[in-house]
Amino acid sequence: MRNYEVVFVAAPTLASEELDGFINHIQTVVEGKNGKVVKVDNWGKKSLAYKIKRFREGYYVVLTIEGDGDAIAELERRFRVTDYIIRYISVRIDEDLKRSEKIKAARQRKASVQAPAEPSSDAESEQEISPNP
Amino acid sequence: MPGPKRFSVRRKRVCKFCAEKITYIDYKDGKLLGHFIPERGKILPRRISGVCSTHQRLLAEAIKRARHIAILPFVSD
Repeated sequence: MRNYEVVFVAAPTLASEELDGFINHIQTVVEGKNGKVVKVDNWGKKSLAYKIKRFREGYYVVLTIEGDGDAIAELERRFRVTDYIIRYISVRIDEDLKRSEKIKAARQRKASVQAPAEPSSDAESEQEISPNP
Repeated sequence: MPGPKRFSVRRKRVCKFCAEKITYIDYKDGKLLGHFIPERGKILPRRISGVCSTHQRLLAEAIKRARHIAILPFVSD
């Protein structure tokens, strides 16, 4: 099982019910390939940085999918044959996330090594102050 | 060899991503990536932005992905 992030841009002429219907359709497609749609993030209508098929805006939808490559291949095939999908991108994110977690873990380990040293230096400074009264 | 000091423009030397401890640069974050896109829409070289080589590589990849889904422009003027 791999984790993917799929972003697609739908034409602005599409009705919001149609978009919801398409998202549901995608979920059944992914489930048919033993995958799972973990998260659906609908950004709504957003302006494009450049014109695509004469459109200046588009509906952005971000999907987080758990599944294998053939689920993504099928999804991309559907995107290509669907007229109102003007752009899509699918990115495998598990390796990047793993890398990110590894760095974070290493950083925490480093911090926990350094942390015990800091209170002792504070204690020393407190001891220096306390003899005064 | 240090260059002439008096007339050189002072630039940021610390990598923004290292400073903020960012380990994954999200291609969907147009606001963040926009900082590294000058007017023409090119990728800002790291000798100017001060980004470290590791993060510059991640950044370039993210910008290219963002361009594909029209979050960032390929060219602009």
